[in-house]
Amino acid sequence: MALWQEIIVAAFLIIGGGFGLVGSFGLIKLADPMARLHAPTKATTLGVGGVLIGSMVYQAFADGTFSVHELLITLFLFLTAPVTAMLISKVHLHQTIRKSELPPTGTDRPWATLDKQD
Amino acid sequence: MIRRILPHPALTLMLTLVWLMLVQDAGLGSILLGLFLGFVIPILTAPYWPDRPRLRNPVGIAGFVLIVLWDICIANVTVARLVLFRRNADLQSRFITIPLELTAPEAIAVLAGTITLTPGTVSADLSADGRALLVHCLHAPDPDAVINEIKDRYERRLKEIFP
Repeated sequence: MALWQEIIVAAFLIIGGGFGLVGSFGLIKLADPMARLHAPTKATTLGVGGVLIGSMVYQAFADGTFSVHELLITLFLFLTAPVTAMLISKVHLHQTIRKSELPPTGTDRPWATLDKQD
Repeated sequence: MIRRILPHPALTLMLTLVWLMLVQDAGLGSILLGLFLGFVIPILTAPYWPDRPRLRNPVGIAGFVLIVLWDICIANVTVARLVLFRRNADLQSRFITIPLELTAPEAIAVLAGTITLTPGTVSADLSADGRALLVHCLHAPDPDAVINEIKDRYERRLKEIFP
């Protein structure tokens, strides 16, 4: 690999690692559990995305092959990350939040997680 | 008859493609195994999607995916700046209610996933009748602007994709 190719790969790795770092830092720094949930959703998108693009570019430069595993990882992450986030927030709502702390639904039924709460 | 064997042709094609991408090989054996999975999995999972909506707008889907990918990049930078340069006391994080016009569960699932993937907003819950979405915003000085953006940018496009 030539130097300029290594620089491109390294740049993508640094972008990915940087967003991963900010995501982890946010996990510590932010104040309450709902706000903390925002940090990992960021790390899984641009953070992982940067590393995956770097990996694809590396494969193309080093072996001359086109690797598609990274695209699959992206697809699976995009399918699973929102489900995880929603389940975590539902547990949080279920255990610590009262109905009065949430905005009204605007329909005649309450939020699903708090439906059975007194 | 063909519906019995091939209940979901698009899913069959998708599963075969994903299998070929997983093994990174387009030999005859991989294609046959991929096709086998593509035939068996839709038949086995058919009970889980009884009223699946039919998608007839490939251009709309491609446009939606591109817009979401772009928004993810933009919003990542925005949230990174919020995390790094704002004190927690200055962050106006709050819950907001998004009234839904979408009715198909699949469409609502895509909208909720999109909201979570674009950083700065996380979809937290659905109302018990499925007609409103609870979204948590990391920093929303103007909640109405967030609601309008989600409705105009994502929900309007999803309404064109899911008839």
